[in-house]
Amino acid sequence: MIINKEKMRTDNRIILTKKPHTKVWRRRRLRKNAAAAAFLLPGFAGVLVFALLPMLEVLRRSFLSAVTLQWVGLKNYKEVLLKNAAFKIAVANTLRFTLICIPLLVALSLFLAVALQSIRVYEIKAALKSALLVPMAVPAASVVLVWKVLFHSNGLINALIVRFGGEAVNWMGSSCSFTVLVISYIWKNLGYDMILWLAGLAGISPEIYEAARVDGAGEWNCFAQITLPNLRPSLYTITVLSFLNSFKVFREAWLVAGDYPNQSMYLLQHLYNNWFRELSFDKISASAVVTAAVVLVLILLLQKAWGTEV
Amino acid sequence: MILIVLAAAICFPVVFMLGGALMPDWELTEYLGAVLGNAEGMASWSLLPRAPTLEPVVELLMDSPQYFVMFWNSMKLSLCILAGQLLFGMPSAWALARYSFPGQKAVLLLYIILMLMPFQVLMLPEYLVLNRLNLLDTHLAVILPSVFSTFPVFIMYRFFHEVPNVVVEAAQIDGAGEWQTFLRIGIPLGAPGVVSAALLGFLESWNMIEQPMTFLKTESLWPLSLFLSEIGLDEAGMGFAAAVFMLIPALLLFLCGQDYLEQGIAAAAVKE
Repeated sequence: MIINKEKMRTDNRIILTKKPHTKVWRRRRLRKNAAAAAFLLPGFAGVLVFALLPMLEVLRRSFLSAVTLQWVGLKNYKEVLLKNAAFKIAVANTLRFTLICIPLLVALSLFLAVALQSIRVYEIKAALKSALLVPMAVPAASVVLVWKVLFHSNGLINALIVRFGGEAVNWMGSSCSFTVLVISYIWKNLGYDMILWLAGLAGISPEIYEAARVDGAGEWNCFAQITLPNLRPSLYTITVLSFLNSFKVFREAWLVAGDYPNQSMYLLQHLYNNWFRELSFDKISASAVVTAAVVLVLILLLQKAWGTEV
Repeated sequence: MILIVLAAAICFPVVFMLGGALMPDWELTEYLGAVLGNAEGMASWSLLPRAPTLEPVVELLMDSPQYFVMFWNSMKLSLCILAGQLLFGMPSAWALARYSFPGQKAVLLLYIILMLMPFQVLMLPEYLVLNRLNLLDTHLAVILPSVFSTFPVFIMYRFFHEVPNVVVEAAQIDGAGEWQTFLRIGIPLGAPGVVSAALLGFLESWNMIEQPMTFLKTESLWPLSLFLSEIGLDEAGMGFAAAVFMLIPALLLFLCGQDYLEQGIAAAAVKE
């Protein structure tokens, strides 16, 4: 099948390059492009109107004052990046969150994926996979009540801690609220990342393992020498996707703690919402441009990873 | 075996919620009294209610009409978004996957970039355009930007790309036009991709919080997700019931379409 596909492609190319300027070829080409345009344009127009053009407008506004729309140069950027204390807290929290959660999530989900793959009984495997994936389907708004009961200062987790002789923790009111955020993020994304890893694992051909085992490699050697190197391309993808999903943790944070949570879980989105209420469009514009630039760099790295994949 | 323990721990909140929805008020108060602040000591819990009842469910369905309004708001928003995403997304994905035209690579890269942008970046741009179109505080304000989200396009692109050239060319030799090829060959053969995109899209829009929070002011327009955030622990019984009702559609879809969901997730991970 694959060979056929290749052949068709090269055949096509030969035909096209051999007589590139005949009338028939040009007409065919035109018809193809027209068809592609007809398929693409309705959707593209929407993307243009609802995303691209307004993004350019925001880029423009990031250099203007909020109300009078006068040109102020880089003032907004300076204001946000250098002077704004709330911005610093939000960025620091977001960074700290990312640096703790993503390695944790990526490692844990890889462990799960490898463990799951080693289970031979299909039914058990399927059941476990479903169980781990369920949080994806659970709306944040539904589960938040459970978090509230679990993490209340007289709640269930503290009840457990006290029963085993520990000291009750003020989960929501202290810097521990950050832990709550970490837990709910990992809970939500573990199954998702595991599926991504499983897809990567499925791409490694079993023959390599067999060959290695014939040569006398143990389980651990197989993992370190075959599995890990072969999963490297997946690692990029999973890291970037996890990073982008980490922005969504705001939902849990907001649902559990509202607009002004404990300082340790004050995220970028909180700040945006508060600025939004004050109509500080100048600040939002500037920091949206900064955020977009950071994300863009990461995406291009991802693109490179996809591009260089074997 | 660690896996089984972990799987149980992960499912625990869901079971917890189901249990909570079936407990009568007095039982909830007994368990959660400490949390509510009218009892000493610590909260406790048992997974199965001792006296299961449909009381909270009945209370929710009978006595809180605003709940229905919001449930249907959620349904309306999610279904409209889904229909729009498929209507505009399928042809776009087909064009990107099956044709080579000038700028195709650039459009694809642009779509990937937009798909990965967090809401923080898109919030103000969307607000500005909705404001100019006078759509703020209407359901369209939530629906339209999501309809043109590029995420479903990307997922379907991955699947349309896999449709074998041979089939498409055979159809065209038999005289099928471009449009017919798309309808008769593309959609049926790319169906798993369409289903995965639809499932992921539904879960996302059903779960939406940031968008309605920013673009909708009138409470009667709110989806269920915002309504739930207003329920405090003092109304825990009704809260659990409402939470379960919000969970049911998502969970049902998840259980029916888990395979497609997994394919959809994996489509982002593996290069074709």
